[in-house]
Amino acid sequence: MLETASALKRTPFHPRHIASGGKMVPFAGHEMPIQYEGIVAEHRTVRTGVGVFDVSHMGEIRLTGPGAAAAANHLVTGEVDAIPDGKVVYTPMCLESGGIVDDLLVYALGQDRLLVVNAANFDKDLAYVRANVPAGVTVVDENASTAQLAIQGPKAEEVVAKLYGDRARALAFYEGYETGSGEDWTLVSRTGYTGEDGFEIYVRASKALALWDRVFEAGAPHGIKPIGLGARDTLRLEMGYCLYGNDIDETTNPLEAGLGWTVRLDKKEFLGHDAIRRVKEAGVTRRLQGLLLEENRIARPGADVAWNGAAAGRVTSGSMGITLGKPVAMAYLAPEASKPGTRVEVVTRGQASPAVVASRPMHREGSVKSPKPRRSE
Amino acid sequence: MNVPRELRYTKEHEWIRVEGGEAVVGVTDYAQGELGDVIFVELPAPGKSVAQMKTFGTIDAVKTVSDLFAPVSGEVTAVNDSLKDNPALVNKEPYAGGWMVRIRMSDPKELDGLLTADDYEKHLGAHA
Repeated sequence: MLETASALKRTPFHPRHIASGGKMVPFAGHEMPIQYEGIVAEHRTVRTGVGVFDVSHMGEIRLTGPGAAAAANHLVTGEVDAIPDGKVVYTPMCLESGGIVDDLLVYALGQDRLLVVNAANFDKDLAYVRANVPAGVTVVDENASTAQLAIQGPKAEEVVAKLYGDRARALAFYEGYETGSGEDWTLVSRTGYTGEDGFEIYVRASKALALWDRVFEAGAPHGIKPIGLGARDTLRLEMGYCLYGNDIDETTNPLEAGLGWTVRLDKKEFLGHDAIRRVKEAGVTRRLQGLLLEENRIARPGADVAWNGAAAGRVTSGSMGITLGKPVAMAYLAPEASKPGTRVEVVTRGQASPAVVASRPMHREGSVKSPKPRRSE
Repeated sequence: MNVPRELRYTKEHEWIRVEGGEAVVGVTDYAQGELGDVIFVELPAPGKSVAQMKTFGTIDAVKTVSDLFAPVSGEVTAVNDSLKDNPALVNKEPYAGGWMVRIRMSDPKELDGLLTADDYEKHLGAHA
């Protein structure tokens, strides 16, 4: 998967990444900062203070028209129709087979539903959405016109409240609101994927650099720093949050991925409903669980997991648990080997590393204010 | 990019400093920068034999893992135990506190085939 520099898109924040010393790498068709001062320091900044991620590579698809809410509800496994204005829902979008097309956020914005999808999946998702909404619902591609910053960490509220006031401060986790129109449009939500309290601010691309500068000015007293993709990955991994393409894809279903809490089988129907209901009835054949490694050898994706001397699964994500102080991983495990506390071995480069199965999230001390994603089965 | 003049180098980004019949080995400033935060270095036990340009260990950074290649053949006489508790020394002091192994050379003539600082800088230039 060679990506040439000329084919890479740049986000509107690109000049600020360069000025901040960001080490730029190809990621999902974009030129993105993998790190600035270093992954370990950036990870700690978000766990203890406040950091800023450019997440403009994420894709925005807006459904408008009177049937938009119902159309969105057909697309995803979660409930996104009969929900209050301003509510945000994390949910998979599935194939009829139950395989996951993408995991996304759905914002209820008046009659509209705004879908925020993974960068690597944007074209696929847009085509899938267009193919599966009824006439009368308009699908608007807002990707190129939207810039987005995630402001994450226990001190995020202080920074965001300075810019957006009490309305932002009063948001509950997974709530948001829109203001303004045209080039002044802004969407503020209390969302994130780090395990810390945090906000995501969406503006029009023309306002991106001004937003970056205001955020860093407001955050200066709190030691705000830019954070790269590297720490984004280690932060989400400690929380056991799924990364599309690693932990979930079109061959995995939400129940085995531990995303049963996002699936509303009580909804009349949605894409993949029948297949997922059958999985629920039959029971899953593997479970995505956390692993805590006991030695400092990192479990990389693809590493085999053994239990009682036999193959029992495969690692899908792994890195250093920087806050946990030990390597941490996620792996699909045979049900009999998946109980938290089970001792297994990760086979890395021909060597067996002892590990203990852990429920997700593996890091439990975060400042995140929501009920944490949890197993439903 | 820090490329000390007195060291010799491999194309795989190890450095070597000769001290009598022994050689101290680590990875270069360029290598640590490319790897990012190092979190674990797996090294052979003292007494083990290593062969020129064969792997003698691995280096785990947050995002990637990389093999370590022995610049010369010989017997490992010491390893840097400080890296167990403080692998970040590889990032902070790649040519000093971040050293990895000390090798008693079995064939000092192997040194002739290694890169000089100039050669290594050219090699890095070709990379960029």
